[in-house]
Amino acid sequence: MADKSIDIVGLTKKYGEHVAVDNLTLSVEKGEIFGLLGPNGAGKSTTILMVLGLTEIDSGSVKVCGIDSSRYPLEVKRKVGYLPEDVGFYTDYTGLQNLMYVARLNNIPIEEARKTALETLAEVGLEKAKDKKVASYSRGMRQRLGLADVLIKKPEVIILDEPTLGLDPEGVKKFLQLIVDLSRKKGITVLFSSHHLHQVQQLCDRVGIFVKGKLLAEGKISSLAEQLFSKNAHTLEGIVAETEKPSLSLKELTQKMEQMEGVAQVEMRDKRFVITSKKDISVPISRLVVNSGYGLHSLSKKEYGLDDIYHQYFQEEKQI
Amino acid sequence: MKSTLLKSGIDRLTTIIKIPSFNFPTNRFRSLRKGTVENDRSLVLSPFKAMVQKEITDHITNWRFIILFAIIALACLGTLFSTLSDGMKVLINDNSENNFFFLNLFTKSDGTLPPYFVFVGFLGPLFGISLGFDAISSEQNRGTLSRVLAQPVPRDSILNAKFLAGIIVISLMLFTLSFLVMGAGLIAIGIPPTAEEFMRIIVYTILSIVYVSFWLNLSILFSVRFRQPATSALLGIAVWLFFTIFYPMIANLIIKGYEPSQYATPRAIYFYQKLKFYLVQIMPNELFDEITSAILVPSVRSLGPLTMEQMQGAIPGSLPLGQSILLVWPQFTGLIALTLLCFLLSYILFMKREIRSRG
Repeated sequence: MADKSIDIVGLTKKYGEHVAVDNLTLSVEKGEIFGLLGPNGAGKSTTILMVLGLTEIDSGSVKVCGIDSSRYPLEVKRKVGYLPEDVGFYTDYTGLQNLMYVARLNNIPIEEARKTALETLAEVGLEKAKDKKVASYSRGMRQRLGLADVLIKKPEVIILDEPTLGLDPEGVKKFLQLIVDLSRKKGITVLFSSHHLHQVQQLCDRVGIFVKGKLLAEGKISSLAEQLFSKNAHTLEGIVAETEKPSLSLKELTQKMEQMEGVAQVEMRDKRFVITSKKDISVPISRLVVNSGYGLHSLSKKEYGLDDIYHQYFQEEKQI
Repeated sequence: MKSTLLKSGIDRLTTIIKIPSFNFPTNRFRSLRKGTVENDRSLVLSPFKAMVQKEITDHITNWRFIILFAIIALACLGTLFSTLSDGMKVLINDNSENNFFFLNLFTKSDGTLPPYFVFVGFLGPLFGISLGFDAISSEQNRGTLSRVLAQPVPRDSILNAKFLAGIIVISLMLFTLSFLVMGAGLIAIGIPPTAEEFMRIIVYTILSIVYVSFWLNLSILFSVRFRQPATSALLGIAVWLFFTIFYPMIANLIIKGYEPSQYATPRAIYFYQKLKFYLVQIMPNELFDEITSAILVPSVRSLGPLTMEQMQGAIPGSLPLGQSILLVWPQFTGLIALTLLCFLLSYILFMKREIRSRG
């Protein structure tokens, strides 16, 4: 499979009795941004370490760009850029020197390395600070330097482990935008681990929800919602406007709504209504409202966010 | 002026090191002066070399190194000058029976300060410990270890680079000191060293590098094992203190218990002497002391106990260098073995370790 950047099959890792990663199967397509979402201690970092070949695998296999990472970790590391959470730099070296060192570890010829280093520094917006010692860098600058550090070896896959930890909201936004831009521009596969729902939602094409070493669900955010709220996945919110002579009273309208096909529940409270239904019924609902002699102030489909998905899963987890 | 020179030199080292690998020396100097290199294509520096260079740079720009080096250099030179200023008589008088004036610079003193070799034997371990005690743990605590490991370098090359860089720095220091003492002696005495003396000093320096690198390795082992640099530094010093102070005491206690009476058989006395000899042989500092005495004092003929029969027919005089080396070969092997043992242990510990970003 050439188009699969990361292919994990039946991956298991145990620490003594504790099972950190339990029979994980996952694949990430080339050029995709995949979000690994889960609470702290869910085994996200362990999975990443195994993908990089930094930790021994108990059973299962990991292939990155078609290379087995437990057998040929060096080849994998040549193709994968890894930004650990809370990345460290040699603080008494400048940003540029830190990058150059990594470039030399990747066996990039010096002149070329220098050129690439300056380019990547410009890309992450650090060209002004390149000759300052890293000790004087702020948290956000360090993270961006970390990204430059990952990019300098021109990776095919980038793995980011909680990269936004400790950044301020503005910094997070910029950082995520940077990642999306880079991934789209260069076709880099990104594996992004986080416990922040909103960041993952903004950023990722696909999401895997990871709890206690197991992948609970995987897919696009919208399809996750369908998987989860299969009974009544659609929610409509609207406000009706009273006209002079409505043919139906509000109560009757509510009843009519309830009688429609696929509607599970209608809540009408002071001209505002919330309808949950099995399928998308926004068109018939609006027709009904207008035909009944009412005006329609607003009608909006409520999209389920990761927040809801997340909570739903954790509720299930607690029940188990 | 000097400081700016030094600074620019260090800057050159730390930024991109632009030393062509296969060029003539003249080219090398020219390129250094210009600060640029024309044929960069040829110098794909291997990652390992980059790591060693970085480690060396880190060592020699580190205050810890500078201070320790200054202490050792001052101590050694202080000894040398006090020996030379009013101790010339000591040197000459003592040499009535042999003619190794030069070696006496390293082994004799007028009593106000201990001689050079004592300083090296005493401060060398401290030096080795100080170079290695935070080698791995500091990288881990700074979070740089996982970053470096995510690069396509074999895991062991981190350890190897640390070790090699340490040895290079130690060699640099010890050779500098040896040559400093030699040079100062040359000026003061006015007699050049003979080839034999020169070779003995070189051999002594090499063996002291082995000795210090044992301590370096031991402290690297501790730095792999313990997360806190303070723990590993204290442990290193504790081991050193144990061997220099406590172990001899314990050995003495044991030996006392076996002390034969005045009327014991020769066999019992022989056994006692052997025990006394072998009990101290596992101490690295004792091994090094023996090496020092055999190499720097050519008249030393044996390190262990000798029987009267063995002494019979021996002509008092000095041994040639080859024989002296042969004499300390077991001690030398022992030191190397201890060094390798430490290296092996740190290797095993490090290769099996799971490296997380900071925890």
